Amino acid sequence: MDGKKKKFTAAISINECKGCERCIRACPKKLLRLEDKLNSHGYRYVLYSGEGCVGCGSCFYACPEPGAITVIEEIEEGS
Amino acid sequence: MTKKILFGKPKGFFDVYDRRPGIKDSTHYCPGCGHGILHKLIAEAVVDLGMQDDTIFICPVGCSVFGYYYFDMASISVPHGRAPAVATGLVRANPDCHVISYQGDGDLGAIGFNEFIQAANRGENIAVFFVNNGVYGMTGGQLAPTTLPGQKTLTSPYGRSVETEGYPLKVSEMVAALDSPVYVERVALTSPKNIRAGRQALRKALTYMKEKKGFSMVEFLVGCPVNLKKSTKDTDEWIENSVIPYFPLKCFKDIAAERKPKQSAVGIYDKLKVKNSLLETEKIHPFDESKVPVPAIEGELRIKCAGFGGQGILSLGMLIAEAGHLQNLKASWLPSYGPEMRGGTANCSVVLSRESIGSPIVKESDVLIAMNQPSIDRFSADLSGEGLLIYDSVNIKFDNPLKRKAYAIDASLIAKDTIGDVRCANSVMLGAFCEIVAAIGEKSFINSIYNNFQGKEKVIEMNLRAFEEGRKSARKLMQS
Repeated sequence: MDGKKKKFTAAISINECKGCERCIRACPKKLLRLEDKLNSHGYRYVLYSGEGCVGCGSCFYACPEPGAITVIEEIEEGS
Repeated sequence: MTKKILFGKPKGFFDVYDRRPGIKDSTHYCPGCGHGILHKLIAEAVVDLGMQDDTIFICPVGCSVFGYYYFDMASISVPHGRAPAVATGLVRANPDCHVISYQGDGDLGAIGFNEFIQAANRGENIAVFFVNNGVYGMTGGQLAPTTLPGQKTLTSPYGRSVETEGYPLKVSEMVAALDSPVYVERVALTSPKNIRAGRQALRKALTYMKEKKGFSMVEFLVGCPVNLKKSTKDTDEWIENSVIPYFPLKCFKDIAAERKPKQSAVGIYDKLKVKNSLLETEKIHPFDESKVPVPAIEGELRIKCAGFGGQGILSLGMLIAEAGHLQNLKASWLPSYGPEMRGGTANCSVVLSRESIGSPIVKESDVLIAMNQPSIDRFSADLSGEGLLIYDSVNIKFDNPLKRKAYAIDASLIAKDTIGDVRCANSVMLGAFCEIVAAIGEKSFINSIYNNFQGKEKVIEMNLRAFEEGRKSARKLMQS
């Protein structure tokens, strides 16, 4: 694609997450999971598996916290 | 490698939530709350549509009462259910502002239903976002107007009975039946697909408001997992399987294309007129206040005026307060009266002070002006030890059990016989107050009368005569 390769990431702000699991169900690729540890406010929080995000934004809109999820596009200069 | 944020915290939110005391990086909402989803859609849309600087967000009573901690836009908190009434005032006084009335099912469907339906029927240019979660969230999950038949809540432990509690209120259907509203839609914030549809509906309502097309409402079916005692998964399934069959997702009305933009109302909303009328009241103070000496009052002078409604008790207090103000004192005036327009009891508290006044309430008074029997019975015991009592001896029998300094003025008689109008009795008392208390010069009282009865020459003349008579009879009493 024009020498550029698109890569997407879901960045989780751990202390803003309340572990409601809405994003886990919203993700079409099932790439989010609930961590066993607790964040600083005492909630279990969500982690991104690290691979495969398509950048659809479903998790962002499903999440009730304003800044808990950020979907980022990483544009790499391909070979 | 460059990074681009595709979906991130909308600029419509503050960076830090300055809640006191508490957590400043996340909202106060419970995990999985539908409010958060809707807040995000609003914050995003308002910025995208370029409305952030002239949108006023109305925080209702309910869980979303703290909206002003999160939204970086003008916010106002209003009494329970009154959001559409306040929105009407806001949008009429500021026709170029966009007013979002954010309301829950208790706020809109129960206590505030009349305000809502009347604003809709007037077609006010506002957007109402109705959050329907089927329970009272903030108070712990009681039955709401939109609770489903058979649904168990705190106050319907055996399930909602349609025999005793009726059927759920179908707000969208009702408001769509009116002629004025331009846009009514019901959406659900559950699956990604539904949330996206809700996002479109919300943007449509905001766009119509921006185009001044009139009243829009979007009803959002959202989950309250904590009060439903369900996980977010079960909550969403319950909404999809039980709530949506009863409250179908649908655009009930969309006639904005047929409507012309609303014109702002003329008349009392004319800003220039209002401004001019305000300037006129400023002009009437005849004194150059910086040159008037402050009278000899130490600390506060606390005055209580009491009598029947219609005797001019509140005016009397106002005249004293204004006279004090004209002498560079700080003044407060606090009325208290019964529901009757005439014949009930009325009293007012006036505080005059050199310093800023802490409380306008007078419990222990330095001066009591009583114009009927119930007043003296009720308030004479509250006089301070050095306190003065001035009373209308025509209406009152008083034997002064606590031996306070008391002055009996025949105010009603003087007003009736000498002045020719019993309604001037309050000005007779004002004259007596002027002479007996001797803290404020008579010129200030006279100016205060001029200001209060502005433009009514006859009334001013009568009250000035009554004031002089009051001073005369007070002087006579003090000499004897």
